Amino acid sequence: MTDTEFTPIAGLIGGALIGLASAGLLLADGKIAGISGVLGRSFFPASGDLGWRLAFLVGLPVGAWLATRATADALGFAITDDVRLLIAGGFLVGIGTQIGSGCTSGHGVCGMARGSKRSILATLTFMVTGAVTVFAMRHLLGFA
Amino acid sequence: MQRLAAGLCGVVFGAGLAISGMTNPAKVLAFLDVFGSWDPTLAFVMGAALAVSALGYALARGRTRPWLADAFAIPTRRDLDVQLIGGAALFGVGWGLVGLCPGPALANLSRGSGEIAVFASAMMAGVVLHRVAVGRKT
Repeated sequence: MTDTEFTPIAGLIGGALIGLASAGLLLADGKIAGISGVLGRSFFPASGDLGWRLAFLVGLPVGAWLATRATADALGFAITDDVRLLIAGGFLVGIGTQIGSGCTSGHGVCGMARGSKRSILATLTFMVTGAVTVFAMRHLLGFA
Repeated sequence: MQRLAAGLCGVVFGAGLAISGMTNPAKVLAFLDVFGSWDPTLAFVMGAALAVSALGYALARGRTRPWLADAFAIPTRRDLDVQLIGGAALFGVGWGLVGLCPGPALANLSRGSGEIAVFASAMMAGVVLHRVAVGRKT
C-alpha cells in the first residue's frame, strides 16, 4: 500500500464536520453519534428506536458520496485486496466494538468530548493495539 | 423531525469522514504506522472533532432536553471493566489489519468497492453475533 500525504487542513475541516454532526445529533435528538452503537442497536431495536438510527446510517455513504463530488480531498481510497484480512478485520471491528461499547466515534470523539474515563481508556487501548498490529504486519510479517 | 435531523447529521458526518481522508484505509494505516512513514492527519481530525463536539456537550449540559426529543440518551456507566478493554483491544487489531473502523466502513459503501462489501459484511456478522449472544438485552 502506498504512502499517504499529510493533509492537516482537510483533516481539520473534515474533523470539524464530524464534530458538528455529533453535536447536532446530541442537541437535536439527544443521541450519541457513535457509529458502532447506532449500528449495533439497529438489530433488535427498542420500540420506536429504529427510524433515527437508519436515517443516520444511510446518511453516512450519502455524505461521503457528496464529498467526493465536491472536493478532491475525499477521493483518496486504497485498501488491501487480501480477502483473509478483510474478513478477519471486519469481524474483529464488528464484534470488538460491540463488546467494548464503542469505536473511534463513540469513544474517541463523543466519549472523550464529555470526559468519560471509560472512553479515554478504550481509545488508548484501540490506538495501541491498532499501532501494534500495523507494526507487526508491516515491519515483522512483511505485509505491504 | 427526529429522523430528518439524524439523517442530516449522518450526511454531515459521512462528508466529514471523506473530506478528512479517514475513508481512505491507507491514510488510517499510515497514522497507526508510527515506526514507518507516519501520517499524523488522523490526530488533526480527532482534535477538531473533539473540540467541536465538546462545545455541543457544553451547550447540552445547560439544557434539560434536546430540541426534538424528550430526553438525552447519554451513557451513564463509569466502571472500567474487562469487556471495555478487551473489546477495544480486539477492535484495534481489526482496525490495524485493514484501516477501517465502523464509520468509514459504512461511508465507503458509496464507492461500490468489492473489498468494502466483504469488510462490511464481516463487520455486520460480528455485530449481529454479539447482539444475539448478549440476548438482545441492551
